[in-house]
Amino acid sequence: MRKYSVFAIAREALRGNTGWPEQWGSPEPKKSYDVIIIGGGGHGLGAAYYLAKEHGITNVAVLEKGWLGGGNTGRNTTIIRSNYLYDESAGLYNHALRLWGGLSQDLNYNVMYSARGVMMLAHNVHDVQVFKRHIHANRLNGVENEWLTPEQAKEYCPPLNISKDARYPVMGAALQRRGGTARHDAVAWGYARGASDRGVDIIQNCEVTGIRRGRDGAVTGVETTRGPINASKVGVSAAGHSSVLMQMADVQVPLESFPLQALVSEPVKPVFPCVVMSNTVHAYISQSDKGELVIGAGTDQYTSYSQTGSLAILQHTLDAICELYPMFTRMKMMRSWGGVVDVTPDRSPILAKTPVKGLYVNCGWGTGGFKATPGSAHVFAHTIARDEPHPINAPYTLERFRTGRLIDEAAAAAVAH
Amino acid sequence: MLLIHCPYCEEERPEPEFRHAGEAHIARAENITELSDEEFERHFFIRSNPKGIAFERWRHMHGCARFFNAARDTLSDKFLVTYKIGTPKPDLSGEIRRK
Ligand SMILES: Cc1cc2nc3c(=O)[nH]c(=O)nc-3n(C[C@H](O)[C@H](O)[C@H](O)COP(=O)(O)OP(=O)(O)OC[C@H]3O[C@@H](n4cnc5c(N)ncnc54)[C@H](O)[C@@H]3O)c2cc1C
Ligand SMILES: [Zn+2]
Repeated sequence: MRKYSVFAIAREALRGNTGWPEQWGSPEPKKSYDVIIIGGGGHGLGAAYYLAKEHGITNVAVLEKGWLGGGNTGRNTTIIRSNYLYDESAGLYNHALRLWGGLSQDLNYNVMYSARGVMMLAHNVHDVQVFKRHIHANRLNGVENEWLTPEQAKEYCPPLNISKDARYPVMGAALQRRGGTARHDAVAWGYARGASDRGVDIIQNCEVTGIRRGRDGAVTGVETTRGPINASKVGVSAAGHSSVLMQMADVQVPLESFPLQALVSEPVKPVFPCVVMSNTVHAYISQSDKGELVIGAGTDQYTSYSQTGSLAILQHTLDAICELYPMFTRMKMMRSWGGVVDVTPDRSPILAKTPVKGLYVNCGWGTGGFKATPGSAHVFAHTIARDEPHPINAPYTLERFRTGRLIDEAAAAAVAH
Repeated sequence: MLLIHCPYCEEERPEPEFRHAGEAHIARAENITELSDEEFERHFFIRSNPKGIAFERWRHMHGCARFFNAARDTLSDKFLVTYKIGTPKPDLSGEIRRK
């Protein structure tokens, strides 16, 4: 792998940029691997990267039915934060946040992690109480999060309308200063490049259509649109399609797949300094480095794999955006799209071994797993390599829905981006 | 936006009048206190989440307010049929095979 550096840029500038090598190879699938990861999103590619880098397991393939990052990784609004309520969540999301800080250096790939601050608005007394409780719980867990009055919120984010007679009055906000955004494609590409460099085969346009099991029930490989491939360890990291894949191995998972939509405006000069989320009215907004306002909505109400959703959802979100930021009422929206998000009953992920020997799963990230990408990939690699969970993901079992030991961020936050 | 045919009002109405109400044909056990943890998990948490034809409940919230069932293709989001609560699951094996 040729390192990216300021010198490389200068050298290539002089050579008309003709000397850049491809970032990862596109090999034909081999007959057999030690580990197969299903899903070439950030989580799957990251797991392959950490398998190679931290565990020395390099005979690995990542199988992706479309193109790298073409799932939710390339469709999300890239909000990064770690101020979740429960201890288990603090462990997992803070692990990710720590890794975000050094990810560009680690990958030698600019993932454009920008700690511009994530502010969550409180619109009613219930929000205020819940957020303050969150802030205290976070403080006890060593997770940074602070309370702002409406005036302080406006100072942090000048476009915000804090007038008392707004349709959704701002009664305060919780601010995590280390929260922010990152470039989603770069996360997938950076992990792919790093993994490929260490010997991992990145195989696109290869859909897994079956999971093979031996007589003892253990995994022996997968069927794909490019033929069968053997492996004694298979990690499913397929977001909205995870239940479809798990059913191929006769494992029932508590997941439902919903559309989640986002949209971007025409690009304008820098106007919006941070990320602002409003769970109560389902509106999330930030500004990309290109200048587009990036706006996220809530999930549609019905399950779907269509990667599209209802216009009514976008309209509702834009109603709220226009009310909260009157200066945006005349902005034109350029594009909208949807992803398929895999939602668990407690809105926490499943990152675990399964009842099938050799089968591992990282799913259930629903509407909010981009922020967790490095942390989740890191502990998933550990789980696969050691055949036992890392202490950080040990609580995120499939069995918790049987034992009742839920990690109930659903009740804590209702929505989680 | 979906257009949904309410089998009670007998007309097609826009989606915002309706609430999706989860997977259909899940009978609540009558002996719920006697269920094992496995059975309770299956009843309470596990859903089929099909990529293809889903059977689901809807409620015409801002209309007649009644619950009804529907069969919908989760790949295209097209409704195949909506039917009243209490009527059996329609046989769509022909439809499913054609996919
Ligand atoms: C509109 C939207 C906004 C969001 N906003 C945020 C946000 O602001 N912050 C945040 O933290 N999270 C957000 N999320 C959630 C976040 O995008 C996901 O949780 C995260 O990106 C999941 O990453 P992944 O790698 O697990 O999944 P994906 O990137 O979806 O990767 C899974 C891959 O598996 C592949 N696959 C599926 N089936 C098969 C098969 N049979 N064979 C081979 N490959 C297969 C898919 O093609 C896909 O590429 C948002 C999601 C959406 C849709
Ligand atoms: Zn009706």
